[in-house]
Amino acid sequence: MIQRIRTIAFHTFKESVREKVLYNLIVFALLLIGSAVLFASISLGIGRLMLVNLGLSSIAIFGLLMAIFIGIGLVSKEIDRRTIHNILSKPVRRFEFIIGKYLGLMLTLLVNTSIMTGGFYMALYYVERRLGGEDLLPLEAIYFILLQFAIVVGLALLFSCISTPILSAFFTFCLYVIGNFLGDIRWLGQESGSRIFEKVTVLLYYVLPNFSDFQVISQSAHGISVPPFLLTSGTLYALLYVTILISAAILVFEKREF
Amino acid sequence: MLAIETVDLTKDYRVGFWRKRPRRVLDRLSLEVEVGEVFGLLGPNGAGKTTTLKILLGLVFPTAGTARLLERDARDISAHRNVGYLPENPSFYDHLTAQEFMTYAASLFGLSDKARPRQVGRLLEQVGLAESKNLPLRKFSKGMIQRLGIAQALINDPAVIFLDEPMSGLDPVGRREIRNLILRLKENGKTIFFSTHILSDAETLCDRVAILDHGRLRGCGELREILEVGVFSTEIVLEKPSRDAVVALGPFTSSIVRTGDRVRLELRAESDLNNEVLAQVVRWNAKLISLNPVRMSLEDYFMERVGEDDTSLSRKSAKVRTESPKSE
Amino acid sequence: MKQGSENKHRTPAHIWLCWLLLAGGSLALWPIRRGIDRHAGGLGEHAETLYFSSGKTLRALSLGHAGLLADIYWTRAVQYFGRKRIARARRFDLLAPLLRITTELDPHLLIAYRFGAIFLAAKPPEGAGEPEQALQLVRRGIVANPGYWRFWQDLGFIYYWDLKNYKMAARAFETGSKQPGAMVWMKAMAATISAQGGEFRTSRLLWSEIYRQAETETVRRSALAHLAALKADQDIGELNALLTRFRKEQGSEPGSLENLVRAGYLKAIPLDPSGVPYVLGANGKVTVGAQSKVERHLLPESPPPPGADS
Repeated sequence: MIQRIRTIAFHTFKESVREKVLYNLIVFALLLIGSAVLFASISLGIGRLMLVNLGLSSIAIFGLLMAIFIGIGLVSKEIDRRTIHNILSKPVRRFEFIIGKYLGLMLTLLVNTSIMTGGFYMALYYVERRLGGEDLLPLEAIYFILLQFAIVVGLALLFSCISTPILSAFFTFCLYVIGNFLGDIRWLGQESGSRIFEKVTVLLYYVLPNFSDFQVISQSAHGISVPPFLLTSGTLYALLYVTILISAAILVFEKREF
Repeated sequence: MLAIETVDLTKDYRVGFWRKRPRRVLDRLSLEVEVGEVFGLLGPNGAGKTTTLKILLGLVFPTAGTARLLERDARDISAHRNVGYLPENPSFYDHLTAQEFMTYAASLFGLSDKARPRQVGRLLEQVGLAESKNLPLRKFSKGMIQRLGIAQALINDPAVIFLDEPMSGLDPVGRREIRNLILRLKENGKTIFFSTHILSDAETLCDRVAILDHGRLRGCGELREILEVGVFSTEIVLEKPSRDAVVALGPFTSSIVRTGDRVRLELRAESDLNNEVLAQVVRWNAKLISLNPVRMSLEDYFMERVGEDDTSLSRKSAKVRTESPKSE
Repeated sequence: MKQGSENKHRTPAHIWLCWLLLAGGSLALWPIRRGIDRHAGGLGEHAETLYFSSGKTLRALSLGHAGLLADIYWTRAVQYFGRKRIARARRFDLLAPLLRITTELDPHLLIAYRFGAIFLAAKPPEGAGEPEQALQLVRRGIVANPGYWRFWQDLGFIYYWDLKNYKMAARAFETGSKQPGAMVWMKAMAATISAQGGEFRTSRLLWSEIYRQAETETVRRSALAHLAALKADQDIGELNALLTRFRKEQGSEPGSLENLVRAGYLKAIPLDPSGVPYVLGANGKVTVGAQSKVERHLLPESPPPPGADS
């Protein structure tokens, strides 16, 4: 079982890597980080801050785009191209397929993020001429960015099992945006005065993925460390949510006919 | 042991978003395929051949009835270790090379690190793709893809092999190669389940055939039997026969066709005519080129069965498993 | 259609046309764009609106990228300010909102608060002339960054320099001196202001400190200009006192500063901080020379130095 999951994961990784679009995105992101160096020199007193903000935001945004656009095709592409018949006619269990696809895309994102982080630190070194302890803090932000990716890929994968790529992209993106506003939505429910509405918003608050706790870019840029409690609880939340998503995806996939 | 078995296999598809009018794609199909057979599933397009295949492979789930593969339920994929499948019009991964794809398939079958490259190399060689092994699949022609499909269907040395239109996209050389391959596999004791609408292929290769039309079994039996069900008639070909000869033979013939120097006479279907006819040929000194019984072809059998509304034929689960031929 | 060896590579006419249009069009873009900008220049000024006036909304919409947006808004604020300064504007309407949005997006962007403390409060054309807005900004900065004692310094500065409220200024410096990490001179400053609010020495201390802590060129230059103006003001006060003494002792008008030198009251005509000699103005008071780069207008009406008549 592990062997098959691994095989599918590496295959997915290889497929993503050979996707030309990926290279363009990475090059663009690296260029952006490089240009941040330019901004740093003209930036009116906030050179390093601007570089860190721009660098981390680039990593987050490009990674998110990759997660969504590759994620939505994970299953639906195989179905459309009918390569799925090939895979499932072999002794591959359906859940192995799903898990393998998920891990493959996460591996892709991990590698890409590492490359961009490398570029980021090169730019930082170029501007600062030295790297101190406080320069390790952006790594915390990057860790939280990766946790966000984990959830987004799970969402994209689930939708990929259910609907077409365009709808999947739309739903995944919507859930990502809403996931950043859950606090406001719940507050709206409390202020609304309607019991039903309030209950609905509370339900949404707990059911939908909450991304707002993972947004620590600005903090890291200012050298404020994330409290360890948040690190562990955030990781647990992400793991739990991903498990839920993958289970749902497997359940949907088991019932599908090709 | 039965390699493949279906009992009253039925599949309905829901059609229409609002009204769930089911469309019946397979209707109480019952088949049995023994180990070591080459079994042909024939039928016009849309008959349900591919659906049957997919149910057996666990890609589609039956609405009613059972399907068993190597003594296990079709939904149990553990049987797939010993199964190979060539889909119709296969498509694989554009971004991989032939070798990479075969290695991928081999890994999914659980071949060991050592066995993998060996098997991959061997099979690519066997289907004639060894030179193209580092070519990305997006550069493959249709025929090459078909060969690759066959290669990946055999990578695990399966006991049962499903082929859906295996000859499609192949040139005559390719077709012959695949025919020989199938025969070789049969010699090795493999079971082959073969779905096609090209009857001549089935005729050459299959032990038994089943005819599917609109989801129903229209006929099933040993090819030998089907083709010997009746000798329709005899045909003789004469070269430059004299007019008298032709006139003399006239009463015995149902049709006379002249092609250049040759005259083909189709005799009426009464066996004792042969001796009379031969006597006449000898008498008039006509040059006999050939004398052949005209059997029912598979095509005839097929055309007879397909489009029929004879429910009695489909209800019969024709498990024709006789050891000896019925005819004398 | 000709076949055969000739005309194998004759490019069709429409291909040439496309290339021509491409090249020509690209070249034409530049002058046309400039023409539009020149004539629509007036319109551009009116489009001085902020599409989002709520930093909090923006922050929520930014999906975690508020820090980057804050940096962008900060850049906009500084550019806006620079443009207005070059145009010698008397109104800086967008400066306060821009700085407010910036700090709502990133409450820890300390430099924005400090910039506002100086340039929101300063009178035009040096700044927006809105000391109350400046106070509000810095107070919000204190709330968001309680550990940053320099904001108390900024608060005190606004009270001292722009509002001339020496009591509040001293109190601000006093509170600030109690914050952890505050430098010693905060306490000294509190005492000095209480005792001698408005003194040249006090002001010079403040502006020197601002110069030392400056993180942008704009602030640095402003501090230097203020220090120069302060020095000039002090020199002029001393020279005016000399004039008064001359009038008293000699009983006549000196007429020019050279006469003071001849009469032995001065060793030489002193130079102002920009290297230009002081001159005696028509109204009988010393002033900076015509060539002087000292910006006297920076100084609010300074109280008269002790000893001279008003």
